Amino acid sequence: MTAATVTEPSASPRRRRPRPGRTVVLNVAAVIAGLAVWTGLSVSGITGLTGPVEVVRRGAELIADGTLVTDVLASLRRVFTGFVLGTVLAIPVGFLMGWYATARALIEPYVQFFRTIPPLAIIPLAILLMGIGETPKVFVIFLAAFLSSVVSTFQGVLDVDRTLINAARVLGASDRTIFMKVVVPASTPFIIVGMRIGLGAAWGTLVAAELIAAQEGLGYRMQQAQLYYDLPTIFVGLISIGVLGLVMDRLLLLAERRLTGWQERR
Amino acid sequence: MIPKISFRNVSKSFPLKGGDFLALDRVDLDIADREFVTVVGPSGCGKSTLMSMAAGLTEPGTGDILLDGAPVAGPGPDRGVIFQQYALFPWLSVRKNVEFGLKLMNLPPDERKRRAEHAIELVGLSDFADALPKTLSGGMKQRCAIARAYAVDPQVLLMDEPFGALDALTRVQLQDQLLDTWSRERRTVMFITHDVDEAVYLANRVVVMAARPGRIHRVIDVDLPYPRTEEVRLSPEFSRIRNEVWHSVYHQAPAA
Repeated sequence: MTAATVTEPSASPRRRRPRPGRTVVLNVAAVIAGLAVWTGLSVSGITGLTGPVEVVRRGAELIADGTLVTDVLASLRRVFTGFVLGTVLAIPVGFLMGWYATARALIEPYVQFFRTIPPLAIIPLAILLMGIGETPKVFVIFLAAFLSSVVSTFQGVLDVDRTLINAARVLGASDRTIFMKVVVPASTPFIIVGMRIGLGAAWGTLVAAELIAAQEGLGYRMQQAQLYYDLPTIFVGLISIGVLGLVMDRLLLLAERRLTGWQERR
Repeated sequence: MIPKISFRNVSKSFPLKGGDFLALDRVDLDIADREFVTVVGPSGCGKSTLMSMAAGLTEPGTGDILLDGAPVAGPGPDRGVIFQQYALFPWLSVRKNVEFGLKLMNLPPDERKRRAEHAIELVGLSDFADALPKTLSGGMKQRCAIARAYAVDPQVLLMDEPFGALDALTRVQLQDQLLDTWSRERRTVMFITHDVDEAVYLANRVVVMAARPGRIHRVIDVDLPYPRTEEVRLSPEFSRIRNEVWHSVYHQAPAA
């Protein structure tokens, strides 16, 4: 057996890939244009709208007196606790649902039902049942993360190619081996997509969760700022939330590339 | 001598709306040790079902499937299966794919490496041992699948239209490579195809099946010498057998 040829992973003919340098220039230009529009609006028209300069000054103050760092850490701790608990539970539950029809039939009604309730609508209930400590905040974030990643994990298990499972079986793999060596890796791309959606949901629930009698956190700070008509602080909070969310999503994307680079892109 | 595989009065029906569909009707077939048998027939004749039952992936309805005289119970590494869709694990390199079955045999690592290396060499993929399946062409993927099946040293190879998804040229190359591999390390092969030329070129015997209900129509011996070469492929004798098989595939009398 000789004469081997490799097909190069061919560049997709459908999309022309822009040069990376050009993309960065355009990104930066868009951000500058946005800041210019913002400045323009605040200078010329809308009453009380603060401009970027003032927001930066306020941001520096909040960093200098340690408020911003405390708030960011408090918020991150809540998001991470809720997100980690949510996904750690969602992955085995998703696998159970995908692998055993019985488990699926028992669990799916609850998942589908609670998925239709926005996690924020749970807040009144959570306060009454869990008080006003950290628990209800983390719980609501947990619920948001769990519900979004469980569905995608279980879909991933359902979608595992039957021929791959058969290929493992004819090589002598037990059910356990098939699960660990075929089902888990084959559904990893779905799990990571689920985690990204879960993180988005967790982050999106944060501010509202911090309405529950928090003493610190980005959402709490923005609430306070609202009471005192302190727009710069609100902007600092919004921008922090956006930047942190973006960074976390990029980190997961990086993990996705590393873990699922074997996928054939069609 | 006990045949390697025998199908004894095997029938299989699948439940459908409005009654059962009889996929296979009383099939009897013996395949001798180290024989290369191809099974050809129109779609719906149950040829893949037949193979799937020999692999232990599908339960027979009635009748017996025997391997060395003992009934088949579920899939096992004594029967290697090669699928049309390659079924390589896309997250594993060629080498890791080939080692998959070996790991399940709990071999010492040295032995495992040696056998994987040998199987990869047998199909000519040594230069691509660390490549991921996504970087391989269809033909190379199927060679990797063949290496994976060979590595665990099965007595029987069951191949379900393995070259069906490949272009005509690659297909001819892989047929030659398969025969080359097979002549060096002979196994019992049951090869499903819908390509008459392929069926005749590879086999000691061609089993022609008929559809509705799926059953064996004729068994045609191929008295052509191995190694099969281009010369054989273009010989009048090859054409004669090919025509005979063609006729029995495409001009079947309707079922009584």
